[in-house]
Amino acid sequence: MSDVDIPRTARLAVPSATALRRLAVALVAVAACVAPFQLEPFRVFQLTMVLVYAVALLGLNLLVGHAGQISLGHGGFFAIGAYTAAVMLDRWDTPHVLTLPAAMAVTFALGFGLGVPALRLRGLYLALVTMTIAIFLVPLLKRFESVTGGSMGLTLSRPEPPSWTGLAEDQWLYFLALAVATAAGLAVWSLLRSRVGRALHAVRDNEIAAEVMGVRLARYKTLAFAWSAMLAGAAGAVNTWVIAFVSPDSFTVNLSILLLAGIVVGGLGSTFGPLLGGAFVLFVPTLAQDVNQAAPGVVFGVVIILIMYVAPRGLAGLAGRGGRFLDQALRKK
Amino acid sequence: MRTRTIRLAAVTAAALVAASACGGRGEDGATTAGDGTCQGQQTTGITDDAVKLGGIYPLSGPTSAYGEIPKGVKAYFDYLNAEKGGVNGRKIEYIVRDDGYQPPKSVEEARRLNEQDNVFALFQTLGTPTSSAVMEYANQRQVPQVFVSSGASKWGADPVKHPWTIGWQPSYLSEGRIYGQYLERERPSAKVAILYQNDDYGKDLRTGFVEEIAGSGVTVVAEQTYEATDPSVDPQMRNLAGSGADVFLNITTPKFGSQALAADAANTAWNPLHIINNVASSNTVLKPVGFDKVQNIVSAAFLKDPSDPQWADDPEMALYEAKMAQYAPGLDTKNAFYSLGWASAGAMEKALAAMQCPTREGLMAAVRGLSDVRSDLLLPGVTMNTGPQDGYPIETLQLQRFQGERWNLFGEPIDTRKAG
Repeated sequence: MSDVDIPRTARLAVPSATALRRLAVALVAVAACVAPFQLEPFRVFQLTMVLVYAVALLGLNLLVGHAGQISLGHGGFFAIGAYTAAVMLDRWDTPHVLTLPAAMAVTFALGFGLGVPALRLRGLYLALVTMTIAIFLVPLLKRFESVTGGSMGLTLSRPEPPSWTGLAEDQWLYFLALAVATAAGLAVWSLLRSRVGRALHAVRDNEIAAEVMGVRLARYKTLAFAWSAMLAGAAGAVNTWVIAFVSPDSFTVNLSILLLAGIVVGGLGSTFGPLLGGAFVLFVPTLAQDVNQAAPGVVFGVVIILIMYVAPRGLAGLAGRGGRFLDQALRKK
Repeated sequence: MRTRTIRLAAVTAAALVAASACGGRGEDGATTAGDGTCQGQQTTGITDDAVKLGGIYPLSGPTSAYGEIPKGVKAYFDYLNAEKGGVNGRKIEYIVRDDGYQPPKSVEEARRLNEQDNVFALFQTLGTPTSSAVMEYANQRQVPQVFVSSGASKWGADPVKHPWTIGWQPSYLSEGRIYGQYLERERPSAKVAILYQNDDYGKDLRTGFVEEIAGSGVTVVAEQTYEATDPSVDPQMRNLAGSGADVFLNITTPKFGSQALAADAANTAWNPLHIINNVASSNTVLKPVGFDKVQNIVSAAFLKDPSDPQWADDPEMALYEAKMAQYAPGLDTKNAFYSLGWASAGAMEKALAAMQCPTREGLMAAVRGLSDVRSDLLLPGVTMNTGPQDGYPIETLQLQRFQGERWNLFGEPIDTRKAG
């Protein structure tokens, strides 16, 4: 969005912002493949969780960052995806791989349903309506004990690494999560570069103008909700593989709020925002605990405020600014 | 654009191949004992002069009140290290992590403690859902998960499937059974109204009670549940009052416990025998209701309550008060969470001292081989007993009746193992 103002001629002389970005993508890809062989199992597990959150945030980014709709209910879709996978594993011993499309299908349908009120509501009103999903889900999961295991939750098996890979369990889980995250990332990326992406941006920037230009608001809004929920559901299913345990207390309203905070801090509407946001969601609460064990919540809050102050467009925005700074420094030479 | 994507895929593939060529990594560096009878057993986190323990508690979030427990634990270990030279010459290093009562976070922290901090054992994970999530991991990786702080019955239920996990406090099932036995003996034709929290804790306790009274003259005439998120139990109390029951079994957490006590006291037309479960029986719960309104209520206990004046001259309680003031200054020692932490740390000391082999296997053998072991602050007559097939250290409770401003123990300590 912001690299338009660089004159085209200048791009040829020095590494342009696009080249830098390509380099960044390549570096991230290499690092992602090498990391599990260099790090200890615990770190690999943490990276796996970053990827899980990143998938959920990809969905949220699509909805909030690109379509301009707000949702405080994505923890709910995450939970529904996780429980769909868990119940399938628990009841029918379904192979792990099959739980992913099922979780995606269920959350897609529910997301589509939730998209309907989004047609009439906007801003804070929409946020409140979506929040109800996150709120009522926890008691609901506790009610249907025979299926969901009640508040005791369900303990499940992890996917076994096939022997030909020679991978340890944590590495195998990592690559599964990486595959899902990459697929989700590419899907969203190509979606946004298509006609649909332009339509979504138009809806975000000015609904009336978009309608005048022939964008069918109802269709795109509900679809944005459905896709976004589907990605959260996919993340939930992978979460179930990794943690091998679900319980209602895993998916409180806090999760939804944390996810929204994650994507805002990561960078709304940016390519790397979900990944940075995922890292934020996983690492910063732990970091806050290391700083002050008595009041991790306060430290966490202060960190959010600081980031928003230093980088109003999120960590991705900060990285972009750094890139441009580098760009200009190179040009001066 | 297409070429770029292809190039990207190529780079990724090349990197993947290069990385895989380096081969998978070897088994993670678990250390094992070299010789003697302990050969081949895990010695992670333990040396001749130190042992590392890790605990996971909700220090943040809605249930952060439980975050007070590790402060009592820490005070006890600090006291041990400073004045007794640790346990068998080993200083205890105690690492506390926060999971916010969220199971995925508990697993993450358990992994951190095991794989990053290399702890010898997980001493106390708090809560039922959180500890359940950790249980799978601990048993898969053969990490001792000792003295889980939760009254669920699952910790000791299956020593074959989960040999690395063991609970500590009496299970809610046993507590429910005790109340059932008491009524069968004292009020053989009692009509009981039950209020319980709609989760495992409430259901476990209720199940223990209902199973115990099955086939006896004691009958349940009314039941009401509430959710932990409800604002009040007043409507439930009104419904129960209309049942004409002559015994009221109050299975609630402190907040709802005091509400139910107050509602019972306010209703002069209904005067049942009020049995309140151990969780909500602390003086700190009763005091706000008013001691005059809770006379003669019945409960069961296994620990000495620091807010109860009858233990003021007790040497164990005096030690607790003195050392808490020294090693954890500024804390209100009357808070039962601190004494609970103190008592469970004492139990851990006994377990560490009883180890034949200084290994993880040795610790599990020790906690499964406790025979009449006492630790500080347990009620007189309450001891820890386990066996290879018995994963419930404390199953003895004693009934108590509230009179004046204190609980009076009555009857003998009841061992639910024998009575069952």
